[in-house]
Amino acid sequence: MSRYFGRKLLIYGLTFFVAVTINWMIPRFMPGDPVQSMLARANIAQPEAVEAMRAHYTDLFGFDLPLWKQYANFWAALFRGDLGISIWLFPTPVTDVIARAVPYTLGLLLPAVLLSWIAGNRFGAFAARRKWLDNTALPIGYVLTATPYMWLAILLAWGLGVVAGVLPVAGAYSFAMRPEWSWDFAGSLLQHWLLPFASLFLVAFGGWAIGMRNMIIYELEADYVHYLQSLGASRRLVRRYAFRNAVLPQITGLALQLGVLVAGALVTEIVFSYPGLGHLILQAIQNQDFFLLQGTFLFIVIGVLIANFVIDVAYVVVDPRTRIGMGGAA
Amino acid sequence: MSLTVTDLRVHYRTARGDVQALDGVTFTVADGEIVGLAGESGSGKSTLGTSLIRLNGRMRHVGGTVELDGVPLPIGDSAAMDRFRFRSISVVPQYSMSALNPTRKIGRMVAELLASRGERLDPAELERRLALVGLSSDVLGRYPIELSGGMKQRVVMVVSTLLNPSLLIADEVTSALDVSSQKAVAGTLLGLRDKGLVTSMIVVTHDISLVYQIADTIAVMYAGRLAEKAPADVVVTEPRHPYTRLLISSLPEVGVRRAERRLDGIPGAPPSLLDPPEGCRFRDRCPLAYDRCAERPPFAEVAPGHFVACWKAA
Ligand SMILES: Nc1ncnc2c1ncn2[C@@H]1O[C@H](COP(=O)(O)OP(=O)(O)OP(=O)(O)O)[C@@H](O)[C@H]1O
Ligand code: SF4
Ligand SMILES: [Mg+2]
Repeated sequence: MSRYFGRKLLIYGLTFFVAVTINWMIPRFMPGDPVQSMLARANIAQPEAVEAMRAHYTDLFGFDLPLWKQYANFWAALFRGDLGISIWLFPTPVTDVIARAVPYTLGLLLPAVLLSWIAGNRFGAFAARRKWLDNTALPIGYVLTATPYMWLAILLAWGLGVVAGVLPVAGAYSFAMRPEWSWDFAGSLLQHWLLPFASLFLVAFGGWAIGMRNMIIYELEADYVHYLQSLGASRRLVRRYAFRNAVLPQITGLALQLGVLVAGALVTEIVFSYPGLGHLILQAIQNQDFFLLQGTFLFIVIGVLIANFVIDVAYVVVDPRTRIGMGGAA
Repeated sequence: MSLTVTDLRVHYRTARGDVQALDGVTFTVADGEIVGLAGESGSGKSTLGTSLIRLNGRMRHVGGTVELDGVPLPIGDSAAMDRFRFRSISVVPQYSMSALNPTRKIGRMVAELLASRGERLDPAELERRLALVGLSSDVLGRYPIELSGGMKQRVVMVVSTLLNPSLLIADEVTSALDVSSQKAVAGTLLGLRDKGLVTSMIVVTHDISLVYQIADTIAVMYAGRLAEKAPADVVVTEPRHPYTRLLISSLPEVGVRRAERRLDGIPGAPPSLLDPPEGCRFRDRCPLAYDRCAERPPFAEVAPGHFVACWKAA
């Protein structure tokens, strides 16, 4: 058991290491002088600010140092939680900018992923047993999963936001409000959250429902089901076993889909100008804010790695076969 | 009279038409009798065995009746069959090695299965039954993946017979095992009957020499029909059906008339059951075939308890 997790941790550690290294390499091996071009594009008026930034960047990059030393310094800064200063929101540290955006992304992503997974699995298992539902729900599910996140987001924004005008299509709360602890503000948050959540939820829901429906049909033809049925086991017991076994591959599917889901959330945020990490990426690109871009990517990589690890652990907890395959005590 | 099967016909529905896997099978199994059901691969042995307990999605009950202890079995009506399954008729399936839910500990699975049938689990009795097949009660705390193939099969034997069924169908319980395990399993089956845990048994096998050791009666299937059925000794020493003769003479251990011994299989192949020929289905391969064989031979009793479906044997 501990060997298994040791190996997993090693793989995750390596992935993290590679991601950070690539992140570090990009500005250094880009043609031209990144500091100069960033300063030029940053378009900052006060000369003191420009000088301060040049000094800061040159210091941070440490271009006068040997490469290995630059690399070591980068790691050291990373462990201090120092991702540099944002150019777009100068002089806010990148970590602060990210910290402000993360709650929005998580608030959108976590419910969308978890609820679509749970609801999709339940619905898929349910549909597999009803012919009429299977025949109508299946095509809808296929259309939903095949829809790119951005399309559905744009469709919803246009249909429900612009044409019907029932829901707002931009921002996380009304522009007329300031963040505060009040019912009004919470209501505004919820209103603004609904459409981006719905577009993420629907696309993912279709995928889980179809996956589950196929898995259940497969499980119901498995030998252990035939055996139980030959002994007259109740339908409830058979369904319970089949559902549990069919959910296992869906957990692996969740780990595999995580990157796609995160990417979908980022795109959705951009469509709805939702102030999460996706929105930050867009701003960073538009403002040539290199450190912000680098920091956001790094943060997302870490987030996905951690989530993957959690799912791995969950899988081992629910599937006895992996536990036993690892040579753990029974 | 424990089991009476009359003119049973079960077909598989396929895209290319009906596979006539069971085409008019008639036989009886007496109380306490062990019937060995032999025949080459694809002859319909498993189809016969499963038809008696649960038709799968592709099987269709086309005709014939089954009666167990005087009560007709509604084999075409799965819901109505539930009442008989496990309690009156039970099965050790051909796929025993994969018959246990891989994600449940065996003890828990057994408890849940019994609960779903409204039966109470008696842990002491379960332990006693496990000991009978040489398993310790430790297996109850394990997952199927932690057991060897032979152990899983013995677990399935114990589970299937927990409610002391009148009839047990054991499908190829020995084919995946080595010779010494085969002997042990054969002994276990005998023990189940002798201790009265199971009244009668149908032991499906393609290995006549093995089933000969435990069966009272041997029935030989060919292409969806019974070719011959007789007391085990008679089938082995005085087979009347040409197919049985060829089958017996190709067995070195049991073949009694050495002159006839042939180690190669029987030349030719059984007919397709999708569109089988009229008349005797063994006709194409039969050395004795003649005109009359274009007509279906009846499964006739040629001597007390000895049935043969062959014009030449009548
Ligand atoms: N699900 C199915 N669909 C269509 N045909 C089938 C199906 N299962 C079995 N058959 C056909 O029915 C016939 C009998 O099959 P069955 O499994 O009863 O044979 P068997 O005597 O048990 O063979 P074996 O010794 O290989 O287990 C075969 O010709 C086979 O091709
Ligand atoms: S009926 Fe004819 S073909 Fe069939 S086994 Fe007898 S002799 Fe051979
Ligand atoms: Mg078979």
